[in-house]
Amino acid sequence: MTTQRQRRLYLVLLVVTCVAVAVGLSLRAFQDNLLFFYSPTQLRAGEPPEGKKFRLGGLVTVGSVRREPGSLEVQFDVTDNRETVTVSYSGVLPDLFRDGQGVIALGTLADDGRFRAEEVLAKHDENYMPPEVAESLAAQGHPTAPKPATAGAGPALN
Amino acid sequence: MWTWFYQLASPPHFYRMSHALVPWLLGLSLVLIAVGTYGGLVLAPPDYQQGDAFRIIYVHVPSAYLGSMIYVTMAVAAGIGIIWRIKLAHAVAASCAVIGASFTFAALVTGAVWGKPMWGTYWEWDPRLTSFLVLFFLYLGYMALRSAYDDLAKADQASAILALVGVVNVPIVKYSVEWWSSIHQGPTISKIGMPSITGDMLWPLLVNIAGFTLFFLAMLCIRVRAEVLEREFNARWARELLRGGAAGGVN
Repeated sequence: MTTQRQRRLYLVLLVVTCVAVAVGLSLRAFQDNLLFFYSPTQLRAGEPPEGKKFRLGGLVTVGSVRREPGSLEVQFDVTDNRETVTVSYSGVLPDLFRDGQGVIALGTLADDGRFRAEEVLAKHDENYMPPEVAESLAAQGHPTAPKPATAGAGPALN
Repeated sequence: MWTWFYQLASPPHFYRMSHALVPWLLGLSLVLIAVGTYGGLVLAPPDYQQGDAFRIIYVHVPSAYLGSMIYVTMAVAAGIGIIWRIKLAHAVAASCAVIGASFTFAALVTGAVWGKPMWGTYWEWDPRLTSFLVLFFLYLGYMALRSAYDDLAKADQASAILALVGVVNVPIVKYSVEWWSSIHQGPTISKIGMPSITGDMLWPLLVNIAGFTLFFLAMLCIRVRAEVLEREFNARWARELLRGGAAGGVN
């Protein structure tokens, strides 16, 4: 008795399903291009396009940050805990940049295997806590504990 | 059950019901937003990494959440309007667009302001940021499409289809940070198990989300009332109401 209404219902569902499938398939096809950054392991495997700018993402190896005195030149290692790439950069680093922090660098791979960055972005994780909680987590050796943003690391980086 | 459904969908009935509802929704939402904002900006401790800059989440997260949720509301209302031919549902969908676009815009701006000092950039063409910008353009497209028609029934039909097609973008916004490597952090409070935020930082956020949601409902009621009146100004109930209203005491 409500065939008209039911037909419209099925039509709407069909349209939404078709569009969802089409978008899903296109996104799968473009999967590689949607990759915002490559990890050091992918870089070592030769995945990023050669001679082109790409983004490298990973964690700053603790204690690897070296600054050229009197200039904005900075060098640090980026790791995914399997491979490590040395990054050189000249410029101002974002506030969140520190030892152990996730970063994303845009640039090219130099011939000596180093990554020459034109831009360095810090990636924030989804954890929010007051400093005291972070300290006590780190003191307990909690596996998900954040790398302590100790006072020692701060001034050296900024 | 169906009589209740159809009664609610009747414009004069809705008009009378919503009149009593608006002050309550608006009052409660403003109280919640005041409490949540005070809790977030004053009572909550600073973040261990971001310091005070993290406090942007008390505006950014509720806005972004509503930007997506209002789109879903708009699409569902548009679908009901198309399938059951209910005019009130079309009025709801049309009223959602401006409110949703405003919250989406607020989330984009607050995100950019926070992104500059924290990430080091206002904007990146990253899956989460890009899909959220697409959401904003879907709202704008919806409004532009509606205004392109002189005939209200045609505008309802065409814009409803756009709203329904665009709804596939909402899960992309939601899961973009999990499906692809993204600069945007993953979900904090909707994680299975423990939310990765401490309680003293979390409660003002939840209060603000509730406050923003009620504020949306209040705005929606006000807009739908205006929309309904505009659509039905020739109907008898509306003319009676307008004549009575001029003498004072609209209800």
